[in-house]
Amino acid sequence: MTEPIDAGVPSLYSRLEPLLAQVTRPIQYVGGEQNSILKPWAAAEARWCLMYPDAYEVGQPNQGLAVLYEVLNQRDWILAERSFAVWPDLARLMRRHGLPQFTLEGHRPVRAFDFIGVSLSTELGYTNLLEALDLAGLPLRAADRSVDDPVVVVGGHVASNPEPMADFIDAAVLGDGEQAVLDLSAWLRQWKAAGRPGGRDGLLERFAASGQVYVPRFYSVSYAPAGPIVAVAPNRPGVPERVRKYVLDDLDDWPHPVRPLVPLAETVHERYSVEIFRGCTRGCRFCQAGMITRPVRERSLDRIGLLVERGLAATGLDEVGLLSLSSADHSEIAALTQELADRYEGSQVSLSLPSTRVDAFNLELAEQLSRNGRRTGLTFAPEGGSERMRRVINKNVSADDLIATVSAAFQAGWRQVKLYFMCGLPTETDDDVLAIADLASRVIEVGRRVSGRRDIGCTLSVGAFVPKPQTPFQWAAQADPQIVDHRLRLLRDAIRSDRRHGRAISLRYHDGRPGLIEGLLARGDRRVGQVVEAVWRDGGVFDGWSEHFSFERWADQAERVLARWGIDLDWFTTRPRDQGEVLPWDHLDVGLDQDWLWQDWQDALDSQVVGDCRWAGCSDCGVCPELATQIEIGPTGRHLIPLTVGSKPPAAVRSDG
Amino acid sequence: MARAQPPQQPPPVQRLLLRYAKRGRLRFASHRDFARAFERALRRAGLPMAYSSGFTPHPRISYANPAATGAESEAEYLELGLAQVTDPAVVRTELDQALPDGFDVLRVVERVAGPLAERLQASLWSVDLSAWPSPARLSAVERFEAAEQVWVSRLTKHGQRDFDARSAMVSWSWREADWQVVLRHQVPLVRPDDLVSALVQIEPSGQTPLPPRLLRLAQGPLLGRTVGDPLAPEDPPCESMTAAGAEYGIMRARSETQPAPLLG
Repeated sequence: MTEPIDAGVPSLYSRLEPLLAQVTRPIQYVGGEQNSILKPWAAAEARWCLMYPDAYEVGQPNQGLAVLYEVLNQRDWILAERSFAVWPDLARLMRRHGLPQFTLEGHRPVRAFDFIGVSLSTELGYTNLLEALDLAGLPLRAADRSVDDPVVVVGGHVASNPEPMADFIDAAVLGDGEQAVLDLSAWLRQWKAAGRPGGRDGLLERFAASGQVYVPRFYSVSYAPAGPIVAVAPNRPGVPERVRKYVLDDLDDWPHPVRPLVPLAETVHERYSVEIFRGCTRGCRFCQAGMITRPVRERSLDRIGLLVERGLAATGLDEVGLLSLSSADHSEIAALTQELADRYEGSQVSLSLPSTRVDAFNLELAEQLSRNGRRTGLTFAPEGGSERMRRVINKNVSADDLIATVSAAFQAGWRQVKLYFMCGLPTETDDDVLAIADLASRVIEVGRRVSGRRDIGCTLSVGAFVPKPQTPFQWAAQADPQIVDHRLRLLRDAIRSDRRHGRAISLRYHDGRPGLIEGLLARGDRRVGQVVEAVWRDGGVFDGWSEHFSFERWADQAERVLARWGIDLDWFTTRPRDQGEVLPWDHLDVGLDQDWLWQDWQDALDSQVVGDCRWAGCSDCGVCPELATQIEIGPTGRHLIPLTVGSKPPAAVRSDG
Repeated sequence: MARAQPPQQPPPVQRLLLRYAKRGRLRFASHRDFARAFERALRRAGLPMAYSSGFTPHPRISYANPAATGAESEAEYLELGLAQVTDPAVVRTELDQALPDGFDVLRVVERVAGPLAERLQASLWSVDLSAWPSPARLSAVERFEAAEQVWVSRLTKHGQRDFDARSAMVSWSWREADWQVVLRHQVPLVRPDDLVSALVQIEPSGQTPLPPRLLRLAQGPLLGRTVGDPLAPEDPPCESMTAAGAEYGIMRARSETQPAPLLG
């Protein structure tokens, strides 16, 4: 934050370039992508380095980062650049040659910025964040940073329990990031203009006083001898007891990337993404996103049409993703998909809808989207194998619904369906998991019958369930990986022994152990932060990548570090919590009423379902009154006008052609 | 219920040949990175692309012999099929504007007879050996030339392969510390980094911490000891200076060249 530093922040590119010839996929480090924005340093009053602590190929397509890039760079007094995790081959060279963590736009050192804004989508990015902060030359612990160091602020779903990162971050923001980054920028500008009153703490106190920015250092945590937290309490005046999440009204009023960056390097998603609504009230009890992003707020149909049109023109991409937590639930999804399919019929543009609903309506949408002849697979997510299991997790779909839907799909010409399930859910028995095999057999049976063909296939993808904070399952005992692995073996054997259908069913699963570490980090407290640091010091990075992840390293360090408090890995994961226990994130308020959440957990144990408040009436989750907000859904009744797409104005075409 | 095949796409009405450069930072792009960027640029430019038939139609583009990741090039070529006849000059301007800086479209012409790949018989490479002590680089090149064979090893997508790097060299010259080499395209392809491996093998004292920069100056038919212009309407006579070489004024077969004065 030293000013002026324009001349003092030269590009590091000339020092980086010689190293790039020696690393894999160097293009990810050179920047300069189509639609990237490089602003003059000196003119900016607030400078953001937006960081995603994973590789470029994963981080760049992240929609949250793209939205904040747009929101910040739209302001003429703010500058935002991007930085991603560098792979170990480049990290080694950077350390050897004294080159710090850099941004991609200006190849500026990350440490020169005012803010490092970190998007945390998964707990398995924690070690990468420590690696990036260390490569940046920043003191690892927030308490050791000076007034000239950037403020490290994290957001994203994982920020709903940032406690394992509490010692390393300066601040965390819950909820929607758009207004939050503008508020932080404005407070920084005022603080600079006033001559930096109170130094670094003065700025952080200004943030904390808003009641919407969590500064972990301003809270003290005390522990009982047996391990549980006694209290999390503010340790200085002016700091609120609880921190509230940000929530936006009217998504149409907020910028959405219309000129998103077009990567040169290959990334995991090569499409133009439009967020068609935010939030979800289906109430699936395992789903953290559905609990912490309430209420539902839709973008309008005509606005979505405009974004798609502009986004495709600005990027040259040929795939559009209509994103949300459950896209088929948009109040005008039928009109939207039909009218977009009409608009782009005959062009090479394809539309995709990540869909998880299991009903005939979903199939109609899929048919609209595959009009151009391209048929991607049909995917459904029943999540639980038995009816009882699905009631426990509040995924309200019956086996008959599923069979009716896949039957219609096979009649319409699909040959393959993919089904997602979880293993290790609360109250789960062996029989619940074996029910997955029965369901798959019925799918193949009905497929063969209605299509009259033998080449019907079903892929089962089974993930290990990890209880997440701010959900009804936050009190649940995580299943032991040995139990998960045992049940998956039973499932595999059941499918293999099904001589009529077994060969048509393929089962995909991973071992349950990485889930245990994810569970440790998800529901961890500040003591777990010391495990993260120990693992990183032992060489752990890129934990989301199986070739880098080491369960043994995590287990060893957890055992060593946590022993000093008489607790261990199991204490954080496979131990059930009771209602009276102080959870590490209790002071972080995503709007859910704590009693409602506990009641929802009790309902889960009783196999009681709760309806979606968009159709079944309010269930008193508390979000709307607590955050003074409300559901914003259509229909608007508006329509997309036909559009000429895909061909150039005549100027480019020779008249005698 | 059988899935109906989508309608057949009509064949292209016009085929264009493009020469483009890969410069500066974008030398780190792989060929796949370039191909993705190029197809998106075509769509942004709104050019009337011809597509292949089938469930996933692809724009009709044939790439030939792309330079390796990390090498710069002034002489990359591809062939493009269009669904409407379009002025090549317009295609050049529109595409060049739509592509990121560093991927630069240099020339666009109507296709000349014969497949493009057959016209790309050799390349003129410039290898920057300025980091080598001058006696070492002179001696290494002299000894490389004198050798009958120099076997090098490189990891290819088919695994570790050994091949003779010497056999591909047609001619060479010095331009200050840049070693400029005409390499015949053969199977397995000998790349300029293979030449560097060969030089290091011959003269280990030349080994530098960073690999030398590589730049392809020309690519085309092999005309005696020089590289011709693949976009020329018909094969020019062997002795003429080609457009590709003339642009740089450096095409000299080794036998005609005195060793350049060495710069310390």
